[in-house]
Amino acid sequence: MAPLLSVKNLLVEFKTRAGIAKVLNNVSLDVHSGEILGVVGESGCGKSMTALSIMGLVPSPPGNVAGGTIELNGEDLLSASNKRLHQMRGKEISMIFQEPMTSLNPVFKVGHQIAEAILLHEKTTKALAWERSVKMLDRVGIPEAAIRANSYPHEMSGGMRQRVMIAIALACNPKLLIADEPTTALDVTVQAQIFDLLRELQRETGTAIIMITHDMGAISELADRVAVMYAGHIIETGDTKDILSKPQHPYTRGLIACVPHLEENPSEERPYLAEIPGVVPPLTDLGKGCTFAPRCDFRTDDCTGSQPSLSKISDQHSVSCFNLNTVAS
Amino acid sequence: MSSIETQFIPKSQHPIVEAIKAFRQSWAGMLGLILLLLVILFSVAGPFIYAVDPFEIIWAPLTAPGVVANAPFGTDHLGRDVLAGLVYGGQATLFVGLTAGFLTITIGILVGAMAGYYGGGVDEILMRITEFFQVLPALLFAMVLVTLFTPSIYVVSAAIGIVSWPTTARLTRAEFLRIKNLEYVKAAQSIGARDNRIIWRVVLPNSLAPLIVSATLTIGVAILFEAGLSYLGLGDPNAFSWGMMIGAGREYILDAWWLVTLPGIMIFLTVLGFSLIGDGLNDAFNPRLRER
Repeated sequence: MAPLLSVKNLLVEFKTRAGIAKVLNNVSLDVHSGEILGVVGESGCGKSMTALSIMGLVPSPPGNVAGGTIELNGEDLLSASNKRLHQMRGKEISMIFQEPMTSLNPVFKVGHQIAEAILLHEKTTKALAWERSVKMLDRVGIPEAAIRANSYPHEMSGGMRQRVMIAIALACNPKLLIADEPTTALDVTVQAQIFDLLRELQRETGTAIIMITHDMGAISELADRVAVMYAGHIIETGDTKDILSKPQHPYTRGLIACVPHLEENPSEERPYLAEIPGVVPPLTDLGKGCTFAPRCDFRTDDCTGSQPSLSKISDQHSVSCFNLNTVAS
Repeated sequence: MSSIETQFIPKSQHPIVEAIKAFRQSWAGMLGLILLLLVILFSVAGPFIYAVDPFEIIWAPLTAPGVVANAPFGTDHLGRDVLAGLVYGGQATLFVGLTAGFLTITIGILVGAMAGYYGGGVDEILMRITEFFQVLPALLFAMVLVTLFTPSIYVVSAAIGIVSWPTTARLTRAEFLRIKNLEYVKAAQSIGARDNRIIWRVVLPNSLAPLIVSATLTIGVAILFEAGLSYLGLGDPNAFSWGMMIGAGREYILDAWWLVTLPGIMIFLTVLGFSLIGDGLNDAFNPRLRER
């Protein structure tokens, strides 16, 4: 089956004072309808930039999509007209952001903001749009939706605001929802509620979701497939259970080892939390070798020579590493 | 769901409604509002209660206040009733203040919004134009404009508006620069809103607080400006304004103090009213000050 969204060899560059920062390097990913793709990686690895590129919202200048293709249902988004992009945003692809506290317009009622999303894309009356926004609020689990639609964002908690954001994003039944760290700013219990809600809505509507996060726990709970990013590259991709149980790339292994565990019997001698030594290289000066090489325990001479390409090790699982055998053993 | 939950839903209030509530607790703002309402009442209802033609000569020139009963505030150098002048002059003064203020705000917001939102080349060009207007000596430039055309209150208002918009433009631009990078603007883009909509429906409503404060102060400044122009003899000769009364009375300032003092007090009270309201609004819109 042809994928719903297909990103191929995407290159995004930012002009900075230190030179050209290669924010995304040959990023390729496919999203099929009805699936949840998790994109993981640490801060600054290009997760959010991938999302903004798909939305066509890379800030330009200083940003610039330098190469590659993004296709939604076979339609090229990079060459699409502004008019077409406006039609598509919110209607076919929508996005929810990291900070529910600041992602809603403070001067309008939340019901109004959902209705606005509907009115932008559909010919309907204000009264009908309002009715639908009340229904959406109800659907995302906000109690007393009819009353709550009249609330202003500052009268709601973070979890409720994120629910409102989800209602806005799903108001026009988009085919693809991009969730950019939707729970980072929320309490753990609220995080779980939002995950449940996303999964439930995803099952009901069949909307595909790209879930951007740095939280391996979130990935294991939600995602069908995972793409791991490092310094603007996708370094490993595959089914969630494969990635979590049989991570191949040294970086993915490191990421998984970093997740703290709850101890059953917390004793005085707790093991130190695992960490990956070193820092992400500056994006303005990536060199020609593997971007992870400076931090990698399995580094060989090959690694500093060129960036390994993403190659399949099984039907679904691809990794970019020269030394898979030594890493595995 | 349960009625217990309903009880905890706060009663929804528009931020502006909340600001008005806060405004009512600011003594400066309320004092300003009362002052202004009195001035407006005096200028609007006054001509009906004290229906004397301000251009009509009623008594000997330069009669001091309290000397004759039909000119309680004295007469000017032509023997016209000063009280009638005060009563009628308010309308022209307020008209010029409001029109010039409106013009200032409109041009300022338009230029500032475009420059701040689009940035880049648009910003460069608009800001250079703004700076050009800013470095011109405002009074001199307004005088040139008024002398080029026939001095009517419309031309005076327009001239004041044209020389005073740069401050508002810079303020609007600064607010737009701050707000356009906030997440709810990105969120609005991500649901497919166009630039036009984002500028007027997302960014502008969120930058209104400082703009409303500045608009209030601008009206006060415009009234002072009108007084300045009239003092220099460049006001509308057919419209009786307080500034014009001061301008006409300046030659007799040593012999007849009331000719400049009384309209001066009126202008002072009006501008003070606007300034205090601006102060109160500033307190009301600024939550950090509100808590004090």
